[in-house]
Parts: sequence; structure tokens; C-alpha cells
Amino acid sequence: MENLTIEELLSRYPYAIEFFDVNGLPIEDKQKTIQEYINTLPYVFLEDMGINHQGLFKRFLVFMQRMEDIRKERNFSIHSLTVLGGTDKNGKKEQDKLKISMGEIICIVGPTGSGKSRLLADIEWMAQKDTPTGRRILIDDCIPPESWRFSIEHKLVAQLSQNMNFVMDICVGDFIKLHAQSRMIDDVDDKTLKIIHHANELSGEAFDLNTPLTSLSGGQSRALMVADTAFLSTSPIVLIDEIENAGINRKKALELLVDQNKIVLIATHDPLLALTGDKRIVIKNGGIYKVLETTESEKQRLEQLTEIDNVMMQYRERLRKGELLD
Amino acid sequence: MKFITVSGPPSSGKTSVILKAMEELKPKNLKVGVLKFDCLTTDDDKLYAAQNIDSRVGLSGSLCPDHFFVSNIDDCIDWGSRHAYDVLISESAGLCNRCSPHIKNCTAVCVIDNLMGINTPKKIGPMLKMADIVVITKGDIVSQAEREIFALKIRQANPEGIILHVNGITGQGASQLAALIENGTQVETLRGEELRISMPSALCSYCLGETQIGKEKQKGNVRKMKLD
Repeated sequence: MENLTIEELLSRYPYAIEFFDVNGLPIEDKQKTIQEYINTLPYVFLEDMGINHQGLFKRFLVFMQRMEDIRKERNFSIHSLTVLGGTDKNGKKEQDKLKISMGEIICIVGPTGSGKSRLLADIEWMAQKDTPTGRRILIDDCIPPESWRFSIEHKLVAQLSQNMNFVMDICVGDFIKLHAQSRMIDDVDDKTLKIIHHANELSGEAFDLNTPLTSLSGGQSRALMVADTAFLSTSPIVLIDEIENAGINRKKALELLVDQNKIVLIATHDPLLALTGDKRIVIKNGGIYKVLETTESEKQRLEQLTEIDNVMMQYRERLRKGELLD
Repeated sequence: MKFITVSGPPSSGKTSVILKAMEELKPKNLKVGVLKFDCLTTDDDKLYAAQNIDSRVGLSGSLCPDHFFVSNIDDCIDWGSRHAYDVLISESAGLCNRCSPHIKNCTAVCVIDNLMGINTPKKIGPMLKMADIVVITKGDIVSQAEREIFALKIRQANPEGIILHVNGITGQGASQLAALIENGTQVETLRGEELRISMPSALCSYCLGETQIGKEKQKGNVRKMKLD
């Protein structure tokens, strides 16, 4: 790589352009090698950056290595996640083993302050008995490499919550493109259309490529977040936090994520969502108190609840249209 | 004594992040001290006091905040040693986006928030690019996609550092930061140590209190923009 001219470098590793951009380095002569180029930069210019020639060259090498790591890991996927139990706030042993497989939907229930966030933090951190709970996290039945903790391409958990908003001043199409590029994904246009199609299915209020991101309604935003996470997020686990009144088809949203082989964790007390899961983790006093499998009769109850929910949805729709509910 | 410098743009969440990380260290009964560097005024010492953390405030006033920092930091370390702190943290706002209080051989943290826009990592200089640990805050209010894009931009700006997401309100991620702080650099004195980058060198008539505008008033180290 050191022997390539900048022109060759950019054609072989298109992401190398970002190195010049992020460091504010103007490229005038593309026929130089990177080392030659760096050597021509004036001392005063580098002093403004707070770096010297040697340091900048080293930063270039590390940059290329990191970007290559990210490119290689664009399909970070796991088959299972295992939580080996630790202790609750009183030092009492919790349920000792919980294995979650790809494509499963798991609900997490328990009062505020019971330790739901701590469980999640343990999963995110891939705890190895080095957190207050003493839990241990296995990925595909093995202890994950410690380097994963700090690499952005091995981030285990993606998050979706009611409080999240889009803040970028950009249209939907460009936004998805930017996200896809940041993941170094090739079939950007195809992915973009897929995401918009699914998002529109989830929210029922159509938007397109040119809709400004910040003008999306609450439901549209949530729908786009779900679809984008399903197709473009690196993380194999998706945590959904309090998405009860999001204005999207929740059942379809979960199906979409599971179809993309995500493990879905939902922190919720909405019975409709809680019964959709395969299992429920009950958290009490900082520990996993028990793990419940959704029973057959619960599944029947879910059908009843869905009917009630449908009635509510119909009424809502009629109100929206200005009809009477008599 | 573990010594860590924490810097970041104003209102990025430095104090909240430090408070949450210190809360995680509480069960270990470590003695913690914080040095807060600011320009004009700060109430953060009260926030630290509320959590029983000793703190001292240094206000640079009309001086260059970075010069003020470096002229005081070795005395601060001596102060920390006298009080036998296990962990000493210096917190300072990076105001001109170039400077940073980062010192060679001292763990350096930069705090930056998700709301700043994806071009910000490019605009922030050594404060971000030369930090050992980059903490990204306010992740609970932006979308997952924007968080991922932002993290990549930071990775590009700082290929070597550790990137950590910490929520200053809920404390998510704070235990990870606390673990890193606990493993931070051991420092007894800073005399003879070196800054990671040189500080701004102006020394012009305006440094000496000049207020009038005009060519004849510009003396000393003056740099001109290319306009045409």
C-alpha cells in the first residue's frame, strides 16, 4: 500500500479519500505515494493540525487498517447469545443460564430500577464477570474477543426507542445512502428502495426518496428507523425500548427484524408486545428472577388482545376521518 | 494517583459523563477529585459537591484557556497528591476546536455528542483526533443510523482511540468508562511531562489588550486570510 500512488490508492481503496477529507489535506499531485505526499506538507501546516510527518503517516496506516476491518466485518452476525447468571443486588444467585438464538423475540419485564438496563449493559459490554452483577456473556457459546468491546464493527446492540429522532438535515434517500456507504455496502440503490418500501408498509403513510428526514411524522420516523436497522445496522441484536404508541404496525416491524436474522429484545409492559415474544425475562432486584416461555393459553389471550387492539385502531382511524363513534 | 484529562466542546456532556462514571466507582470507595477549568463562570462544582466529590474550579477569564490550563495543571497534580486522591480528573471545555489539554502519558478522554452533526469530527482538531478514549453522548435521542454514521466519522478522525457510547442521563455505558478510568495512567507529578500538541501561539497586540481594529494596530504574530 505504501508503494501505491495516491491515484492507485484511491481507486483500489475508495474509502481512503476520507482520510484526506477528515484531516483537511488537499490533494494536488496524485502521482506521489502517500509517504512522498506527506513529506511535501509544510511544517507549519502540520503544526496547525498538531501533528508531525511521522505521526500523520502512522495515522494513515492505522486509518487504512481500521477501515479494512470495518469493510471485512460488514456482515457481523452471530447465532446465539448466552447469559451466564451472576447475582442480584443482595448477592443472591440468579437463574444460571439463558441462551437466546438468532431470530428469537425476547421481552424484558420488571419495574423501573429493577435492573433491565443493567442486563442490557452487560450484554453490550459482553461482561466477563467484570461488572457488578458478575454475569458472563457468551457469543456462539464462546467468550468473545476482548477487542470487540471497542470496535465499532462489532457493536452487539442496536437501539430503537420512543425518544429517538432524526436530526440530520438531509432527504430520506441521501440519508440511507450515507448510512449504506458508512457500512461500505455496494448495492446502495437496491437497499434504499427496499428500506423505503418496508418503512411505508409499516407506517401506512407513504414517503419517498425526496422527503426531508426531519419532516417525517412520528410514525414514519419510527418505521424508517425499524426498516433501516433491519437492513443496514451492523448489530445482530436490536433492543426496542417503549415503542408502544409508535403509530406503526408493531407485529410487522418485529417480523421484519426477525426475518433479517436479528435477535430482538423488547423492554415493554404492553401485553400485546410482551406476548408476541417467545420468552419473557423477568427482572427483579437486579437479577434475572425467572424466564417464562409464552404459553399456549397466553397465545390465545394474545388473539383476544389483538382483536381489542384492532377495534381501537378502527376507532382511531374513524376519528381521524372526522366520523362519529356512535 | 490515576490522572485523566477530559475535554470536549461546551455542553457536550462532560460533567454528566464524569458524574455517572464516578457513581459506578462508588462501591470501590475510591477518593476522587475533579478540577474544572472554565472561562467565565461555572456551577459544575455544585454538581460535584452534591455527589460528595471534591472539586476545584479554575476560571481563565481573559486569558487563553489553554495557556491557563497548562500553567496550573502541575500545581493541580500536587494538590491532588497532597489530598491523596485515588482518581484525579481534569475537565475542560475545548473552545477553539484545535487545542486540547491532552498530555503525553496521561489518559486523555474527549466527549462529543451525537447532535453536533456528521461534519463535526472533521472540524475538531487534536482534542478529538489525539484522544485515547472518545466518549459519544446523547445517543438516546438520535436514531441508530445516525449514531452509526457518527461513530464511523469519529473512527475516521481518530483511528486509534477507543470509542465508547455513554448516556449522561441514564448512565448507560458509564460502567465501561469507569473501568477504563480505573485502568488509567498513574501520575505522581507532571513536571517534565509534555503536552501532546503545542498551544496556540498568538502573541499579538490583541493579546496585550488592544481593542481597536485596523492594520496599524496589528503587531506581532499576525496571520492573514487569502481572500482573492
